Amino acid sequence: MAQAELPRQIPLDPLGEQEQGPNWREYFGFSTDHKVIGIQYLVTSFVFYLIGGVLAELVRTELATPEVDFVSRETYNALFTIHATIMIFLWIIPTLTGGFGNYLVPLMIGARDMAFPRLNAIAFWIIPPSGVLLLCSFFIGPASAGWTSYPPLSLMVNKGGEAIWIAGVILLGTSSIMAGLNFIVTILKMRIPSMPLMKMPLFCWAMMATSALQLVATPVLTGAMVLLGFDLLVGTAFFNPTGGGDPIVYQHMFWFYSHPAVYIMILPAFGMISEILPTHARKPIFGYQAIAYSSIAISFLGLIVWAHHMFTSGTPDWLRMFFMIATMIIAVPTGIKVFSWVATVWGGKLRLCSAMLFGMAFVSMFVIGGLSGVMVASVPFDIHVHDTYFIVAHLHYVLFGGSVFGIYAGLYHWFPKMTGRFLNEGWGKVHFVLTFVGFNMTFLPMHVLGLQGMNRRIAEYDPQYAGINMFCTIGSYILAVSTIPFLFNAIWSWSQGEKAGDNPWNSLTLEWMTTSPPPVENFEEDPVLVSGPYDYGHTYYQDLEDKAIAQS
Amino acid sequence: MKVPSTITTLLVGVSIALLSVWIGQHHGLMPVAASEESTQIDELFSAMLAIAAGLFFLVQGALLYSLIAFRKKPGDETDAEPIEGNVPLEILWTAVPTVLMMWLAVYSFDVYKSVDGGNAIGADHMAHVHHASHTVASADAPSPKLAAMSGMAIAAPLPTNAPAVGQPSGTELAQFSMPEMEQGTDKEDNPLVVNVNGLQYAWIFNYPDTGVVAGELHLPLGKPVYLNINAADVIHAFWVPEFRLKQDAVPGIETHMSFVPSKVGNYPLICAELCGAYHGGMRTRVIVQTPEDYQAWVKSNQVAAADTATRTANLIAQAQDAAMHSQIHALGLTADASSLEHLHHQAMSFAQTSELAQSL
Repeated sequence: MAQAELPRQIPLDPLGEQEQGPNWREYFGFSTDHKVIGIQYLVTSFVFYLIGGVLAELVRTELATPEVDFVSRETYNALFTIHATIMIFLWIIPTLTGGFGNYLVPLMIGARDMAFPRLNAIAFWIIPPSGVLLLCSFFIGPASAGWTSYPPLSLMVNKGGEAIWIAGVILLGTSSIMAGLNFIVTILKMRIPSMPLMKMPLFCWAMMATSALQLVATPVLTGAMVLLGFDLLVGTAFFNPTGGGDPIVYQHMFWFYSHPAVYIMILPAFGMISEILPTHARKPIFGYQAIAYSSIAISFLGLIVWAHHMFTSGTPDWLRMFFMIATMIIAVPTGIKVFSWVATVWGGKLRLCSAMLFGMAFVSMFVIGGLSGVMVASVPFDIHVHDTYFIVAHLHYVLFGGSVFGIYAGLYHWFPKMTGRFLNEGWGKVHFVLTFVGFNMTFLPMHVLGLQGMNRRIAEYDPQYAGINMFCTIGSYILAVSTIPFLFNAIWSWSQGEKAGDNPWNSLTLEWMTTSPPPVENFEEDPVLVSGPYDYGHTYYQDLEDKAIAQS
Repeated sequence: MKVPSTITTLLVGVSIALLSVWIGQHHGLMPVAASEESTQIDELFSAMLAIAAGLFFLVQGALLYSLIAFRKKPGDETDAEPIEGNVPLEILWTAVPTVLMMWLAVYSFDVYKSVDGGNAIGADHMAHVHHASHTVASADAPSPKLAAMSGMAIAAPLPTNAPAVGQPSGTELAQFSMPEMEQGTDKEDNPLVVNVNGLQYAWIFNYPDTGVVAGELHLPLGKPVYLNINAADVIHAFWVPEFRLKQDAVPGIETHMSFVPSKVGNYPLICAELCGAYHGGMRTRVIVQTPEDYQAWVKSNQVAAADTATRTANLIAQAQDAAMHSQIHALGLTADASSLEHLHHQAMSFAQTSELAQSL
């Protein structure tokens, strides 16, 4: 807490500095400014996203034909293992919690920084070396037992790469725990006095739910990794059946984290969508309390559904039934969110900018992932589709159609705040259309493949699936191309884009009540709430607006 | 003339419902159904798909309609009407999914019970059960056979033992009602026990009652099958898409599966759990035959096996060779000792059973 109060004594920078934002050199150093760290996270993880994307394209290229003709079988297994590890631990989690969480949470609650700025910086600086370490494993043969790394296979193939993988996951998990702790303390202790919990922006609610999961679940994964590392390097037999170990225990420990990890990867995106839709629909969020509480409910329920990943592992009946019912119940709070978003948009005055298009597409795509999620919760059906392309389709609808669409929506929405300039709208729409088409071409047909009998994690497959696979591969190339307009748009707009002003979207949350980009300590004087976060269309708000117009 | 909005809503609702039901019945997404269990699973899937389709059209339709009807008019910078929520509506969209999920959970539970009642798909960590089923395998004593069958008769959805569905699953003999078994007709309904062994990268099928060992799974039509599934090295998964059933083969733990093949044909048998570099190539066939064809196949294999002891030895050597090769492919040799031991064990039982066959 001492750290949090200290900054007030330091004088603010002169006005000239604020227009520029922080010096560019700061982005390459050990800054403790949450905004600098947020952007460090965003840029670093986007680089890893591009690398993970290249790996995905290599996988899809191999799968364009039924034969093994592009990479070797061993390499293929390494490609999808590292692809998943990068996308989860180095792209979605760091971008959503580290990137957007860091940048937005203190601004949204009127704080000057995070509760523990140095811890925050350390959490970020763990990430680049871990990522580089993981990529270096390509020189010695990387982990190739899948991102789930089930023993005994993970103890038998590419031991050096597996050891690096375990080290990387432990480091990234540690970073995630640090970030989670920091967010909880920040949100609970550093809100401006005029902001009770029930007037907090929904993104902060989502971040609180996410951080709780990071704190409770990640240590269990770390424990599993330490034990797996012992089995691998020292020859213990915690999970190795040749020495009397139980490989199923590993699966329980792994999924105890890795199912909540799905919610770590989607809850912050839920929160961002709850900010973006009302702003661009010019309408209050529909059912604020229900959305806030449903985040907490999802977070709690997310902790007790992990064994639905293990319905075919030889789990006892009662366990299967318990986890089936718990999993299905999660559909209720998730459904509340989806219906509330639709009702928010309904009857609004929609500003169809790129942020809004990605935001609405998020709802549309996530619904597909959610519906297939309910299906696979049903044990008898899951026994058929488990470990097939149906699951590959389902998880990408949640993590790409959900999380990544949410990330893009957030980038278009908050880019003006971060840089003071708009992203180009024309190229933004090109990016949106290419992403939407490419994504659906790649992943929608995979549902059919899985139902028909194509299992996952294979380099070669039955020729009867050749047509659909070729179609998916073409879709994945479109998806790859879709990042190019975004990349150039972001680089160009950062310095040359149209100037945005402080509050280009006429938004009501606190981050828009300061300059763009905000000064070093966010607000020149402590902000005071004049309205709720989503009071669009209310007369008192209109009056304020009229006054502002009259003044100008 | 303006159509009242309630009528429009009603018409849209009815057409979404009809379309969803139609999709649920005409999707054609599942492969051929070749086990008695698969029809129930397909019905469950179709029901879920119909509901999912309804929700899909509802949400996507509302989003698309908003995209067109509620877009901002050029030059209009005012906000929309502030609607903060609607309590009855929110209660409705909390209650309806809750009821739907309850219904789906009960329905799934029912299907699970009848497909899978009493641990048919699953693992027995209790050692004595293993022994029981192994005993059935070698000796032909009637009582252990019953022990092995507990739960299986439930799995086979024969009309006569329908009352057994929903009864608490019984792994104990006591809970299994004998009269029902008798009712369930004669010896023909006793399940065919097959020991399945997964190893990098092949499946080996051991028929304890006839002594046949094969690389493809031959099954007689309409006869309940009970599989004891083991893995020699890493985790594999036994999956036949046409049966809609999947069970992991876990080293150190015996798992089980039971079903009734209901359609003659050749179906792919796929390893569904990543097991190493050649995982994609670890596939073989299930051949469901008429009982006569099946008997002929058993005969020819038994004769072949009994004919030359040397050939048997060769076969074992070949199997070991193949396993060694795949081990080498996998580059890691940690599990070698155990898998070789396992193979040795298998070879022993192979030899024993062929001796048995000879003495017959």
